[in-house]
Amino acid sequence: MKYQYEEWNGFCDGTWRKEVNVRSFIRHNYTPYDGDEEFLESPTQDTSDLWSQVLDLFQKEREAGGVLDMDTKIISTIVSHKPGYLCREKERIVGLQTDKPLKRALMPYGGIRMAEKACSENGYELDPQVKEFFTVHRKTHNAGVFDAYTPEMRACRSSHIITGLPDAYGRGRIIGDYRRVALYGIDRLIADKQAQKETTRSAMYDAIIRDREELSEQIRALQDLKTMAAGYGFDISRPAANTKEAIQWLYFAYLAAVKEQNGAAMSLGRTSTFLDIYAERDLKNGLFTEKEIQEMVDHFIMKLRLIKFARTPEYNALFSGDPQWVTESIGGVAVDGRHMVTKMSFRYLHTLTNLGAAPEPNLTVLWSTKLPENFKRFCARMSIETSSVQYENDDLMRPTHGDDYAIACCVSSMRLGKEMQFFGARANLAKCLLYAINGGVDEISGAQVAPKFIPITSEYLDFDEVWAKYDAMMEWLAGVYVNTLNIIHYMHDKYCYEKLQMALHDREVKRWFATGIAGLSVVADSLSAIKYAKVKVIRNQDGLAVDYAVEGDFPKFGNDDDRVDSIAYDVVHRFMEHIRKNRTYRDGVPTTSILTITSNVVYGKNTGATPDGRKRGEAFAPGANPMHRRDTHGAVASLASVAKLPFADAQDGISNTFSIIPGALGKDERIFAGDLAVELDCCPDGACQIPMNFND
Amino acid sequence: MATGYIHSRESFGTVDGPGVRYVLFMQGCPARCLYCHNPDTWDIHGGTSVTVEDVLSEYRKNRMFYRNGGITVSGGEPLLQLPFLCALFKAAREEGIHTCLDTAGVTFHRDPVYLSMLDDLMSHTDLVMLDIKHTDPEKHKMLTGMDNAAVLDFARYLTDKNITVWIRRVVVEGLTDDEEELLSLGRLIGEMPNVKALDVLPYHALGAQKYAGLGIPYPLAHLSPLPTEKAVAAKKTVLAGIREAKK
Repeated sequence: MKYQYEEWNGFCDGTWRKEVNVRSFIRHNYTPYDGDEEFLESPTQDTSDLWSQVLDLFQKEREAGGVLDMDTKIISTIVSHKPGYLCREKERIVGLQTDKPLKRALMPYGGIRMAEKACSENGYELDPQVKEFFTVHRKTHNAGVFDAYTPEMRACRSSHIITGLPDAYGRGRIIGDYRRVALYGIDRLIADKQAQKETTRSAMYDAIIRDREELSEQIRALQDLKTMAAGYGFDISRPAANTKEAIQWLYFAYLAAVKEQNGAAMSLGRTSTFLDIYAERDLKNGLFTEKEIQEMVDHFIMKLRLIKFARTPEYNALFSGDPQWVTESIGGVAVDGRHMVTKMSFRYLHTLTNLGAAPEPNLTVLWSTKLPENFKRFCARMSIETSSVQYENDDLMRPTHGDDYAIACCVSSMRLGKEMQFFGARANLAKCLLYAINGGVDEISGAQVAPKFIPITSEYLDFDEVWAKYDAMMEWLAGVYVNTLNIIHYMHDKYCYEKLQMALHDREVKRWFATGIAGLSVVADSLSAIKYAKVKVIRNQDGLAVDYAVEGDFPKFGNDDDRVDSIAYDVVHRFMEHIRKNRTYRDGVPTTSILTITSNVVYGKNTGATPDGRKRGEAFAPGANPMHRRDTHGAVASLASVAKLPFADAQDGISNTFSIIPGALGKDERIFAGDLAVELDCCPDGACQIPMNFND
Repeated sequence: MATGYIHSRESFGTVDGPGVRYVLFMQGCPARCLYCHNPDTWDIHGGTSVTVEDVLSEYRKNRMFYRNGGITVSGGEPLLQLPFLCALFKAAREEGIHTCLDTAGVTFHRDPVYLSMLDDLMSHTDLVMLDIKHTDPEKHKMLTGMDNAAVLDFARYLTDKNITVWIRRVVVEGLTDDEEELLSLGRLIGEMPNVKALDVLPYHALGAQKYAGLGIPYPLAHLSPLPTEKAVAAKKTVLAGIREAKK
């Protein structure tokens, strides 16, 4: 059946009219932009007024110790709050998570204890009735998980060989295709979900019953979304008719998601080129001016900067701050070879100028060598001026993820509306190596965490012996890790289901089963030390290896040295092979990431001394980074080492964070005269000089 | 095969020549500049040995990073290891790699054997970055422990051979930044049509730590880094000197 709405007038035809298919709509309608940033407009008075109001609120929030206000009684749902505004007359795009800006919502479905702690540690008191309700009458995700955990899983959790697990907080990492609401309107999306529900199998067994229940939940969420928007005075049952509505519809959909879920990464998706199609149509028809469109974008981004969640100080320590990961992916190249940069890509980045630099939303450019030169230069300039742009390699991800994927959190890529991820935190592979040496006994607590393997008793470590034991220990760890995650995601689906976000997905969803690795460079260097130097074991009175003395030098990861880089490769590859042996919840496709960008400090703190000479408690390097100060050959060598890791095994992302002082990134134009012929032609400070050609 | 002795290598050099560069810091230097930030390269007996093939194979692996760059040899004083440099630059050039020599020119002399080797090196060199510490012989000696006659003669040599040169100048407050000296440097550059760029390097104190590590007293411990405005002013003064010479 072909749908027709007058809101679609002027759009080119495509399969998107017959089925819910935003990618088809974009392919047939977007206009690549090769020009420069000259067309961009400065902020309007209303934008500046609103933004100074927001800055003032941020200031008050800081003064209040990090949280300005909090709900302690109203349980956040899509429709729990009446409309909230900054300044209604000035806002082009409206909608707040609660009834007031920066008031943090109460979301107990992930776990009542976490919600309670988030209140109490920020100086608020959870309403006793809410606590009672979620303790006695309604189970949470967290309670479900702990009902099912085995003693071994609990031991792994408390010894921190598996850490950061989303068993007490929202897993996040799911991106609803929020564009669908703008393109199709709610009624069409509900009809689609109804049709899906009517065509499930009629024999009832677990999977089918769950599908039917989830579809009902999704339909209810869409209805709620419509109600929420109506509260703000908008009828989103129909498609958006212009740029302003498209942004507003899309934002309402995202807003519903963040009213419902406090996830550890609530990304926006890939919306700029989609919205540009509306902007181009409106500019052509004279409906809006460039100034008006930039104003809408500025107000939209401003709203995204106001997204906040109630969290505990512990959580913030794990993630280094109070991040939301409202990631928006910009640019990239289409499968047909056209680049996907549009004027809207520029407008999004331009908000960093109009509103000033900010870490959120996390504007991420999908970089390709094929991006237009003008856009590349613009990105470079914005990076220099604001340090607020993230880049990811589209050329690397496009072959496996196509041209309508987006980034969840910082690097996890998924096709919008077609793929989702079960976020899986990470396994501490450095601690796993110590377990291999100590026969499964934790080097800090002395507890037998892993099964009782035969420990290494020799004075000096032998590489072959260690590797064999390590491989076996990784196999054990992979098993307990995957099964722990199976419980977590089962319970999350059961007690804290992302119904709105999943309503904006296809019927058949590919689920990535994400795992993660922490401490890779510690393991690589340790094994390298064992292989190429001599490592003496220092044991305590119980015979437990608690420290190591390294005699001689050894190749260190991060110097483009194959002797150790190949060890790092083997570790990742072997660990993934062990992961893949396990059955995953909902047939999730296993993948892994090596990107503890922030939690490396916490992981290091809970890990004993390692055979690479790292002391007990010393921080790990972030992600796949070389250990601090061990990469002695500069950034290219360090990147080259990391680039050797197998991406096919770690498709969820590999990170190598490096910071560099501006002076080390090239010459300061003010003091470097790079072309004397040109420099001499310029009159310095208006002083009267005779211009001369230097080559005369 | 020629062997060189290096102090270290930097795979991501962005300030020692055009583009992103692979930089070899050669071991050994006869000068003892007061503000030297690499005192650990002084000892001519130290260093790690590398062959031309070691260097080039490492370069090749990451060649895509160096598309607009190349190889720079710095130091230490690289011209102490002339045979190695000749072999390296010749081989690099054969692979189309841009070659850059970063030197203070203090070892230059006109001994025929030496000159013929230097001629050979220059025929494989795309760019020489010549660091002129001071134009005044006395002050140069005070600053580096060495005479600047060799440096100035090397500058003439480069001009005669029409080798592309960037002039570098470390600007240290009270030592190398008086107006007359900067004008004098400008006038010298003005006589060298082969100079294409002026690289003013504001003094920084990052070397101080190394002195502590080596147990050598740091002569400039009292100095703070040169503020950017002063570096900008120094550049203008040098440019004024160049214009003067050109009139």
